[in-house]
Amino acid sequence: MSAISSSAAGSGERGLVRRLFSRPTSAAGLAVLAIILIAAVLAPWITPYAPGKLSIAHRLQAPGIAHLFGTDDFGRDVLSRMIFAGRLSLTVGFSVVVLSSLIGVLLGLLAGYFRKLDRPLSRLIDAMMAFPDILLAIALVAALGASAANVVIALGIVYAPRLARVVRASTLVIRELPYVEAAKALGVPTPVILVRHVLRNVASPLLVQGTFIFANAILAEAGLSFLGVGVSPDVPTWGTMISLGRQYLDQAPWIMFFPGGAIVLTVLSLQLVGDGMRDLLDPRLAKDI
Amino acid sequence: MLRSVFNRLIGMAIVMAIVVTVVFIIVRITPGDPAAVMLGPEATAADIAALRDRLGLDDPLPVQFGAYVLDLLRGDLGTSIFLNIPVTEALAQRAEPTFFLTLFSLLIATVIALPVGVLSAYWRGSIFDQMATTLAMFAASVPSFWLGLLLIQFFAVRLGWFDTSGYGGPGAGFFERMHHLVLPAVALGVVSSALITRFTRASMLDVLGDDYVRTARSKGMGEARVVIKHAFKNALIPVLTVIGLTAALLVSGAIVTETVFGLPGVGSLIVSAVLRRDYPVIQGALLVVAGLYVLINFVIDMLYLAVDPRVRF
Repeated sequence: MSAISSSAAGSGERGLVRRLFSRPTSAAGLAVLAIILIAAVLAPWITPYAPGKLSIAHRLQAPGIAHLFGTDDFGRDVLSRMIFAGRLSLTVGFSVVVLSSLIGVLLGLLAGYFRKLDRPLSRLIDAMMAFPDILLAIALVAALGASAANVVIALGIVYAPRLARVVRASTLVIRELPYVEAAKALGVPTPVILVRHVLRNVASPLLVQGTFIFANAILAEAGLSFLGVGVSPDVPTWGTMISLGRQYLDQAPWIMFFPGGAIVLTVLSLQLVGDGMRDLLDPRLAKDI
Repeated sequence: MLRSVFNRLIGMAIVMAIVVTVVFIIVRITPGDPAAVMLGPEATAADIAALRDRLGLDDPLPVQFGAYVLDLLRGDLGTSIFLNIPVTEALAQRAEPTFFLTLFSLLIATVIALPVGVLSAYWRGSIFDQMATTLAMFAASVPSFWLGLLLIQFFAVRLGWFDTSGYGGPGAGFFERMHHLVLPAVALGVVSSALITRFTRASMLDVLGDDYVRTARSKGMGEARVVIKHAFKNALIPVLTVIGLTAALLVSGAIVTETVFGLPGVGSLIVSAVLRRDYPVIQGALLVVAGLYVLINFVIDMLYLAVDPRVRF
């Protein structure tokens, strides 16, 4: 039985990717994301220069043949740094999705499945959502200390309530379905019901919401690093690169232009894929927004 | 009706109580001694002890929490460690640029989003619709601080139409101050317009398929009147919700935008407070912004209650 359902789930995932590729907008998003991801993974082999290689003689050079995206104030190649920066920005974004999913799924399942816990947990989720994302993240990073790991923890806490809300809503519906009732009647232990029946069915909305959180986390990390309250300014992320480029806005606008473009491309691609998945996985949710 | 208002008030009070607790906890999760962190590495043991005493950090946690809540009920958000003035005063001094920035951004976002969203829904599937939807998604993907830098580069550095930063200095008149808000408001407004556009479009699509719109058309009413008088009026309620919530979210966007444009608002106060570890200011700002969000939510719910008798809380 489980073999049948897992193979069905497997073909469903393959089907999802195929169907995403059949939509021009999602296909474009997936293709761009794939290129960005491959570039980040292969960074040490494909970048024309080492990201930290100083060359004062070539400082603030405009984009040209030798340096496609120009150089910064230390003569470092902007393109090479941008590709390396993508590694950290994507890693932070993905880690935030994983952490917020872990917290969000736990809170959402508990609130949605156990009636007694619903009210207090829902109030907690509401209260956490009253804080604007950047503001709460700034406060948490200020308390925990500025580092990439703490940015992940802060943003994980910030976005967990959004996922919790989605999981709770789906769990409330699934809890009442006949097969869950049947499993309960058969004496299947509650943790097994939660993981095997409920969690499996909230996977679709979770996947969609996770994609949007990935996009938001990349924007938020860049914002925090730009403000100087996120990752250390010496570490290249897209946000720290823009922050550095700001000082040379009038002489060398390319320093901040290209990393910003990388953020826009990545976030836009994630949104296109997220939109496509939402339409395909749950047409009732699509509502054309 | 009264029962709904009462239930909602109780709900708001509970959420605010949790918000206060979360804000209280945030400072206490600081690894090590918050007083030592706030004063920096050069502080003496006596300085640290004095600050611990002033902030009541030596008391047991429940006592600290009780004192904190009592102070809040008296309207006391504490005293800024660095500025040495009450947090309420620090926030009030910086409120003007943030208030007008939020207001102008919201205005720009709404002026872009409402017509684009309505026309997009009306011409669903057309080239205009596709372009508007793509542009809205593009706008939502742009970091507002990056857009701000691009605007500075073009309109301030290259064309010289605006100053690159600041709020016009202490003696600046009202119009000069507002002139400094044009670029930041555009940066924030354009980015925020994306969400409102998408919601307006979705809300209009819902309404345009309704029976009363078909009835209005079958009576021979002109298209413009059908769309504006019947459909748009009814689509506006959920859109107002999004506009209200966007207003609260704009405060968050203002934090980054004010830093880009060197505006002396609440956002830049928060950033400098974080860099100086001025926890009372961070706590106060968190509480005020979250409180505003909860209040706006409450007002929106009350508006729903007033316009739609079917709504119950």
